[in-house]
Amino acid sequence: MALNVTDLRVYYRTLRGEVKALDGVTFSVADGEIMGLAGESGSGKSTLAKSLIRLDGRMRHVGGTVELDGAAMPLSDDDAMDEFRFRKVSLIPQYSMSALNPTRKIGRMVGELLDSRGERPDRAELERRLELVGLSKDVLDRYPIELSGGMKQRVVMVVSTLLNPSLLIADEVTSALDVSSQKAVATTLLGFRDRGLVTSMMVVTHDISLVYQIADSIMVMYAGRLAEKAPADVLVTAPRHPYTQQLVSALPEVGVRYEDRRLAGIPGSPPSLLKPPGGCRFRDRCPLAFDQCAEQPPFAEVAPGHLVACWKAE
Amino acid sequence: MLKLDGVSKVYRVGAFGGRELKAVSDVSFEVGEGEVVSLIGESGSGKSTLGRMILRLASVSGGTITLDGRDITSIKDRKEYYRQVQGVFQDPFSCYNPVFRADRVFAMIKEQYFPRAGADEWRKRVEGALESVRLDPGNVLGKYPHQLSGGQLQRMLIARAVLLDIRLLVADEIISMLDASTRIDVLNLLADLRARGLGILFVTHDLSLGNYVSDRTVVLRHGKIVEMGRTDLVFGSPAHPYTRSLLASVPRLHAKWTDAEMTDAVEDVPCAYHEAPQESRTRPGLAEIDSDHYVACADKEKA
Ligand SMILES: Nc1ncnc2c1ncn2[C@@H]1O[C@H](COP(=O)(O)OP(=O)(O)OP(=O)(O)O)[C@@H](O)[C@H]1O
Ligand SMILES: Nc1ncnc2c1ncn2[C@@H]1O[C@H](COP(=O)(O)OP(=O)(O)O)[C@@H](O)[C@H]1O
Ligand code: SF4
Ligand SMILES: [Mg+2]
Ligand SMILES: [Mg+2]
Repeated sequence: MALNVTDLRVYYRTLRGEVKALDGVTFSVADGEIMGLAGESGSGKSTLAKSLIRLDGRMRHVGGTVELDGAAMPLSDDDAMDEFRFRKVSLIPQYSMSALNPTRKIGRMVGELLDSRGERPDRAELERRLELVGLSKDVLDRYPIELSGGMKQRVVMVVSTLLNPSLLIADEVTSALDVSSQKAVATTLLGFRDRGLVTSMMVVTHDISLVYQIADSIMVMYAGRLAEKAPADVLVTAPRHPYTQQLVSALPEVGVRYEDRRLAGIPGSPPSLLKPPGGCRFRDRCPLAFDQCAEQPPFAEVAPGHLVACWKAE
Repeated sequence: MLKLDGVSKVYRVGAFGGRELKAVSDVSFEVGEGEVVSLIGESGSGKSTLGRMILRLASVSGGTITLDGRDITSIKDRKEYYRQVQGVFQDPFSCYNPVFRADRVFAMIKEQYFPRAGADEWRKRVEGALESVRLDPGNVLGKYPHQLSGGQLQRMLIARAVLLDIRLLVADEIISMLDASTRIDVLNLLADLRARGLGILFVTHDLSLGNYVSDRTVVLRHGKIVEMGRTDLVFGSPAHPYTRSLLASVPRLHAKWTDAEMTDAVEDVPCAYHEAPQESRTRPGLAEIDSDHYVACADKEKA
């Protein structure tokens, strides 16, 4: 078992109170599994990703445990987490490619980064990895501004995986790219797993059609909790949670002629996470809501590998 | 309504502007009333440059852009032009000053264009515009930008454009920042505005969005049109290898990239431009291979 997360709660401290961005999530990612993580903006995807790497000053680990390859991760002990970061779990953060230092050549930046981790750069290995993602070693002598978005993204991916982490978390790494670069980047992620450079992966995205291309399973978050997790094919063709169902049917696709046919959005908006309502958090937008939904539904297995948090899904 | 005729744009880059970069070359297309035209291409293909020229935010290096037959650069009164043509851009957050309430964008329109409108009358107009973009005025007025979602902020910017009773909207990547469930609302909103006669140039790198919302599609590569025409033809029977390869890269929900038919799509086919009879070359560099379906030469691209 690569990753086991149990009842994890992480809140943000704000002036108006605590934002319950991650409010009791339980799931696991198996060895070799690529799991897509989808959900509305603000549903807690990045919070989950960051929690497994480094809590920022405003984040508080309120409860729950995380285990990676059998070892408990000390989420709230920043120093002790150093043993995990980068070596056992590595994150490609949202917007990371625009965060590359513009005044440093790529090669120097990589060297400094490894240095800060007490590792010695292995030039030959670095070049081999770049080649693997379709980049020539010349990029090491270039400045970030000289690379396209897709190239920068691949550089960041190579750097984040140099130490063969057990778990790689990629947060919205394709959103800013056009379709051909998206495909190249997504295929690269798949290649990392297939070559054993990383064991398992969590791919955070808004783009379900894209993550469907490479993921074994997809997990959907809603308002700080898990709504559904299922094998990728099942989630896309036979979702059981009303939120997933509406989300999937709201996706426009190529290869379909719409003429005057309209896709329906999901009316309403997610609840505030400052004082979230009790019971199912999707309740006031859910067409199927009934009395029992005032109580929180468990995230229960309805078929092998298929978990749903909905009273109507049993 | 809007017509581009042989439009080009050259940027001067490098030290002292010593190098020329041709961002757009010889582009011609039209946007009619009540029509959505999507402009598709990868990043750097010149989409935003075209949008900025239409919005008079960048000069035109060659060719002409006309609105109802008038060269837009000859319309001296910029206000008169912006009353008819407005743009909305990718990042809604950057259009708001975090210090002020978000609805200040409406007050600024009043100051500039309708200084004499009475307060009551103006409030009704703002509320009408908000309702037309399916926002509840009570829910968004008086709030600060950080209290509103990206989708709400983006819709307020569209409402601002609507207040001016514009005829053409240039929407540059307005959907990219929004999440899946908000996207469809904004797309449906564009379709509503089209039904009211608004012409829309919908700039995007996401083909599935263009396919959903547009009547006609222009595919741009390295600043040139490679294929254009009715959306169902361009997407249904793409003729240029570049369009085909884009379509093959689009992630779909029920077909994987690895499926055989997807990879076949990009295989070599004869150049549709040269296959077409001489008399079909009705526009410079383009052959009309079906009614309102134009394609450029494929071989030139290989060079
Ligand atoms: N530094 C912070 N301080 C306070 N609240 C925060 C902070 N960062 C995030 N939040 C809140 O936590 C919740 C979850 O945010 P998170 O960034 O995890 O969402 P996300 O699912 O990654 O969204 P997106 O798809 O937009 O990236 C939201 O309600 C957000 O407003
Ligand atoms: N202000 C500018 N100065 C110099 N070059 C520019 C400027 N704006 C865009 N370019 C260049 O023009 C080309 C087209 O860019 P752009 O129109 O922004 O493309 P798109 O919107 O399709 O991504 C690119 O090569 C870009 O780097
Ligand atoms: S638990 Fe109730 S409200 Fe929640 S998704 Fe299921 S039916 Fe809807
Ligand atoms: Mg995020
Ligand atoms: Mg652009």
